[in-house]
Amino acid sequence: MATLNVLILVCLGYVVLLFGVAFAADRLAAAGKGAWLRSPLIYTLSLSIYCTAWTFYGAVGNAARSGLEFVTIYLGPTLVMISWWWGLRKLVRVGRSQRVTSIADLISSRYGKSNTLAIGVTILAVLGGTPYIALQLQSITLSFSIFAEADPTGLYREGSSVFWVAAGLAVFAILFGTRNLDANERHHGVVTAIAVESVVKLFALLAVGIFVVWGIAGGVEPMMDRIDASEIGQWNVDAGRWTTFVFLSAAAFVCLPRMFQVMVVENADEAHLRTAAWAFPLYLLLMSLFVVPIAVVGLDLLPDGSNPDLFVLTVPLSQGNEWLAMLSFIGGFSSATSMVIVTAMALSTMVSNHVVMPIWLSTQEGGGSVSGDVRNVVLMARRVSIAVIMAFGYYYYRLSGGGAALASIGLVAFAGISQILPALVGGLFWRGATRTGALVGLTTGFLLWIYTLLLPGMGGVLMTDSVLQHGPFGLGWLRPQALFGIEGMDPMVHAVMWSLSLNTMAFCVASLLSFPSPLERLQGAQFVNVFDHSVAPRGWSGSVAQSEDLMIMTQRILGAGPAQEFFQAEAQQQGGRTRLPEPTPVFLERLERELSGSVGAATAHAMIGQIVGGSSVSVEDLLAVADESAQLLEYSSQLEVKSAELSRTARQLREANTKLTQISEQKDSFLSQVSHELRTPMTSIRAFSEIMRDTDGLSVQEQTRYAAIIHDEALRLTRLLDDLLDLSVLESGRVSLNMGGDTLRSVLDRAVSSALAGGSHTLTVRRSIASERLPLHTDLDRLGQVFINLITNAQKYCDADEPVLTISAHDVGGQVVVDFTDNGSGIPPEAQSMVFEKFARIGGDKAGGAGLGLAICREIIQRLGGEITYLPGQGGAAFRVRVPLAYRQAAQ
Amino acid sequence: MSNGGDRQPPGVRPSLFLERQSYRRRRLMDAARLLPILGAALIAIPLLWPESEGDNGVPLSSAMFYIFFCWGLLIGVSLIFGFAARRSASRDDAESDADKWQR
Repeated sequence: MATLNVLILVCLGYVVLLFGVAFAADRLAAAGKGAWLRSPLIYTLSLSIYCTAWTFYGAVGNAARSGLEFVTIYLGPTLVMISWWWGLRKLVRVGRSQRVTSIADLISSRYGKSNTLAIGVTILAVLGGTPYIALQLQSITLSFSIFAEADPTGLYREGSSVFWVAAGLAVFAILFGTRNLDANERHHGVVTAIAVESVVKLFALLAVGIFVVWGIAGGVEPMMDRIDASEIGQWNVDAGRWTTFVFLSAAAFVCLPRMFQVMVVENADEAHLRTAAWAFPLYLLLMSLFVVPIAVVGLDLLPDGSNPDLFVLTVPLSQGNEWLAMLSFIGGFSSATSMVIVTAMALSTMVSNHVVMPIWLSTQEGGGSVSGDVRNVVLMARRVSIAVIMAFGYYYYRLSGGGAALASIGLVAFAGISQILPALVGGLFWRGATRTGALVGLTTGFLLWIYTLLLPGMGGVLMTDSVLQHGPFGLGWLRPQALFGIEGMDPMVHAVMWSLSLNTMAFCVASLLSFPSPLERLQGAQFVNVFDHSVAPRGWSGSVAQSEDLMIMTQRILGAGPAQEFFQAEAQQQGGRTRLPEPTPVFLERLERELSGSVGAATAHAMIGQIVGGSSVSVEDLLAVADESAQLLEYSSQLEVKSAELSRTARQLREANTKLTQISEQKDSFLSQVSHELRTPMTSIRAFSEIMRDTDGLSVQEQTRYAAIIHDEALRLTRLLDDLLDLSVLESGRVSLNMGGDTLRSVLDRAVSSALAGGSHTLTVRRSIASERLPLHTDLDRLGQVFINLITNAQKYCDADEPVLTISAHDVGGQVVVDFTDNGSGIPPEAQSMVFEKFARIGGDKAGGAGLGLAICREIIQRLGGEITYLPGQGGAAFRVRVPLAYRQAAQ
Repeated sequence: MSNGGDRQPPGVRPSLFLERQSYRRRRLMDAARLLPILGAALIAIPLLWPESEGDNGVPLSSAMFYIFFCWGLLIGVSLIFGFAARRSASRDDAESDADKWQR
């Protein structure tokens, strides 16, 4: 009889064998001889972690209780596999092109890389995985107890054995799942070990089945008769449960973290699905082929009340076939261990990548160039999360009492994890699915699952019987197993129906009502139309990456030895000129994949991105750039406006400055001119007055002459001051015009007569009286003053022998134009621009004027709204005066 | 599947063969898509069987035979489809099968 000690030794030996297989696979892969490790066969066999201890033991138990119902949990995955062209192919393609590390990563990536969503899925997966792990504990404990009953030494206590099984599995999972962080090694070893385990459990179950059919029943025909004669011998399956379980198992097959791990994350080649599409259903068929015979024979042979969940063990034992029982035990044990390893691996990856690493990275300054060894953090996070997950499983087992049938616990887990399905399918096939929708749907389904299934399943600890019977606070329509007063449904069907339908509804409604972010929409397009674009993940363009920085970072994550090896291999591949490889896109991509196996794709991407300097453009970068450039554009246009304004101001300032300088110069010259003009007469006056005061004996004649000179000079001064005053009044614009109406002719008459009066000069004035009949409405005295000035000037400066001044008048376009042309030599061209300036005198001081006359003229004419100009080339000095013609009313 | 496409005589216009191939391939894909629907229908059929009342129910052995027969049928069709798909895929590596197989 096999004792417990033998059993434990066998278990340990089996574990060592698995380690050996994983180690050998790693070695083969490292040596490059492991092509078959990536074959479709290994892939298909690794999928068989779907068949856990629940399947191994529980299916027979389920068959013994409710006939063929057990087959539903195999039919669902079969349907999923044969519809791979529709669903799984897309899922795998998306998973590969987006470098997804877990189902939480996939959901988060689809909905705009939302870590909230990833955390939500992780929590759901951990809670959904908890009953499942409890299930493995229960099955192993039960199988131990079977052997213990037969063990004469009898040193077996169930409570402590559960604890030791849990602790042992945790250690096993930690040793196996977090052996190292390198993506490729880990995958080869574990996947191959799982494949071996799947062969072991299939072999064990088939062996028991063959023993039962041919060893006990005596062939197929007698077996069939025996089946029909048994208490489950008729087709008796509840339609609701049948449909629900087929659907549920199909959903869970896709959503379970461990299934996602082997199916999508570990997938080496999309084409493997083609083989798995028929080979995996075949595996499932073989696993279930002998379930009913074993159940029927067990019901026949074993005494009433024996646990049907353990028929796989107890039937061979009852026939004294200990070695077969031992094989069967190994089969169950391997089912449990492979499930626990992969689940722990998947869940701890999710926890460390989506919960621990974001928190840890946010507490570290500088992200990629972190100090210390990231490996320890990641490994620690994974180990602790495996331990915590196993502890959860243990406590769930304790809380649920360990008495519930295996199959129902598994279904609770299925229902929990299936809550991801709406968000997953919606994300893959519906571009309108949004993050908000996924969050709301997941939360709804999750809470309903907890309320209607998980808590009631845990016995009276967390949910009292009164709540179960009468609803919370006595609200009957909220009874966990009869929501909205719909009674009589199977609790499982009830929970699945409500949670998944309300989940889907909430997901759709919230998606329709919310608006996705640009990143979400882009990811949505990439997921839904994955076959149209983005076959390969986008690459780095690492022209600015620093190989040395990358090396330092890689050492911290992979460890010094592997990192150096990796870099050297890469450098050799690139031609081996330098010790460090060039940061080519291919190299960076490989490095990122290498790192992502340790810290997760998102983190690895971020770390490389920090060193490479974000030269791989992500949507976020693009958005940021677009945003930034829009801001820059706006800013630069603002700058442009400002600079235009500034240059305008500067120009104005420059102009003002020039003007001020000119004015200042004018003022200076004016002052010097004025003082000069004033000094000349003042000198004469002072000189002659001194002569008159100091010289005695001046004759009366002399006195009169000197007095006359003083008087003349005083007059000249007065005139000068008058002119200056007049000019300043005119210039300051304070002059008041005395407007009046008359003809040009009379104005000229007066001006000519007053200018020529008393003069000894012989200026002849020629006028055409007829053309001077033009009406004027202006300050007639001021205009006359101008005319007098001009005539006097001609009188003074015309150097002809017989000076003649011709005055001609025209009406040009509503303006009176009067030309004063003399027959002298005129004004030299260089002086022409100066004639209207103050104190500008042509030809010295001979005429004794102050040089203000023409300046005054110009001011007056400007005040009158006209213009006075010098006309060059008229044969002599010629001035043209334009003044406005009288207004219409004056003409009437 | 015709394997005439593997080695074509030089005089034959290739378009005819490719056309026929891709037509065949598309119908194959149609069949592959319809397979899960067929499977779901076959799995749903037991729901129509009468409830077991006394001795006039469906015997479990018949039910088992039916279920496993359907199961095997689905596996067989899937197997044939898998091999056919592999042959098609290896036949035109140059062409992007994803694109062609979409329609």
